[in-house]
Amino acid sequence: MVAAAEAITYPAAGAGLDVENVSHAFDIDGAALPVLQEVNLVIEPGEFVALLGPSGCGKSTLLRLVAGLERPRSGVLREDETRITAPNPSRVVVFQDPTLFPWRPVWDNVALGLEAQGILKHHRQRVDDALELVGLSTFRNAYPHQLSGGMAQRAALARALVNDPKILILDEPLGKLDSLTRITMQAELVALWQRKGFTTLLVTHDAEEALVLANRVIVLSERPARIKADIAVERPYPRHRGDPYLAGLRRQILGLLGLEATW
Amino acid sequence: MSTYSLSETGAGPPETATQGLRDFLRVSGPGVAASAAWVAFGLSCLLWEDVGDWSRTHSLGIGAFVVAAVVLLGTFSADYLGGAGRALRIRAPWLLALGLYFALWEVATAKFAWLPLPFFPPPQAIIEVYTDDLPKLFDSVFASVKLQLGGYLIGAALGFITGVSIGWSRRVGYWVHPVLRFIGPLPATAWLPIAFFTFPSSWSASTFLIALATGFPVTVLTWSGVASVSSAYYDVARTLGAKPSFLVLKVAIPAALPHVFVGLFMGLGSSFAVLVVAEMIGVKAGLGWYLQWAQGWAAYANMYAALIVMSLLCSGAITLLFWTRDRLLVWQKGVVKW
Repeated sequence: MVAAAEAITYPAAGAGLDVENVSHAFDIDGAALPVLQEVNLVIEPGEFVALLGPSGCGKSTLLRLVAGLERPRSGVLREDETRITAPNPSRVVVFQDPTLFPWRPVWDNVALGLEAQGILKHHRQRVDDALELVGLSTFRNAYPHQLSGGMAQRAALARALVNDPKILILDEPLGKLDSLTRITMQAELVALWQRKGFTTLLVTHDAEEALVLANRVIVLSERPARIKADIAVERPYPRHRGDPYLAGLRRQILGLLGLEATW
Repeated sequence: MSTYSLSETGAGPPETATQGLRDFLRVSGPGVAASAAWVAFGLSCLLWEDVGDWSRTHSLGIGAFVVAAVVLLGTFSADYLGGAGRALRIRAPWLLALGLYFALWEVATAKFAWLPLPFFPPPQAIIEVYTDDLPKLFDSVFASVKLQLGGYLIGAALGFITGVSIGWSRRVGYWVHPVLRFIGPLPATAWLPIAFFTFPSSWSASTFLIALATGFPVTVLTWSGVASVSSAYYDVARTLGAKPSFLVLKVAIPAALPHVFVGLFMGLGSSFAVLVVAEMIGVKAGLGWYLQWAQGWAAYANMYAALIVMSLLCSGAITLLFWTRDRLLVWQKGVVKW
């Protein structure tokens, strides 16, 4: 009860994440297809880390392991000192598709986590607050099919934030939005992260997005994914897209991804 | 000054009259014609002598005149009747067709016997059934509804639970799926002879058969509905802390509901067929039994009367099901338009 009462005041500081020697593979027609190979990664509480890599390299698989949706073939993942074995609302995922439940109005979609944990009755205010936070208060009774793509993704973000996650896992959440909505929501994400202090793990294939948002960019190799580079982005927020420092980093990253010729 | 504005719009006083008449005919013409058709029906009842002995001919003629009067008055005052007035205008062509059809029916049977009696009874004979045989007909309706409702609800509930279980649990699927494949496609009526021997009463046997006919489509469609739920929904719910019971009750079932309603609709159709056959063969009550009984007495008017009632009941049941679905699946509007 004490913990729940504290939760209302949003004390959530982020948790640390420790990925230790993690390897993973999929079974395709009986043959094991390696996806991750001995990935080691230590993320400090409150960091904003972007995972950048070629398409199909296993970024999303790493996120699923962090979320606890799957168990790695070998290696250990830890949230602070606790081993990750199953999903937990302290680590919430925002997927590329909003995946709102079409049979629930926006408010009920955002309330999903609290309802699943059986604490909705005493925390209805948190749902209202989360909707307020993403600017969807007037759409609380709308059904998902009535929302635009950007609004639906905002609702999905509110559905994650209402749980006060210690680690927010973002799986290309802005990938399908138009470029204007995308820029707006990037700024909103940074503001939320600064305000709440949760640890953020963002998967993206867009180097510029990674550099504008994250204070650390991890570049992954082709499948099976290994860490190719770990780049610190020491620049204050809000960041300017035309910043020559970021442009230099972008060139470096694209080079690592084998794209220097196109740049 | 009004002349000026009228000529400005291109409609001088001489044309206004014809224009007004044209408007009147367009809006009220079908209603007036429908009223005339019902007058014709009334006259067809009263002008000639019946070829047979029917007691309601005169009342039917008067009734037709009453309908004609109501339609005519309604047509003229439709603007003041709100929704009823609009509905009358929309349905006027149908009322016209019905009036003509009844008049033709009356003439072809009761007056000149163009269609052979007693196989084609006139409308007044069917009216006579409703007035004179009402208690028996009402008992039959009650028996049918009771039997159908009990069997359908049991079958739908069991089918739903089975479908969810197969869709959710691989182990349940392992055991139930082969049984379903073996028994399900068998028409429920094929069980009739066995069921009437093995069950203690014809009522319980029929309930079982109706439940069987309902249960199969409901099971299969609920199952396919649950099986086709996107795994992304489960991922979302699980990361938010959902337990398995939540995944079944709050994710799988709501997502599968559109499929479930297709199954409920199909089950309703096949259960009607079983109901009527069961009542004709084993149960000594209900509309199916009434049909059979009427045939035994060569009471063809009673058969038509019972058929009309049966059709209204079945249609009403489907309407009720669709109404429920539209209330429950309101979120689907816009995704799928029914």
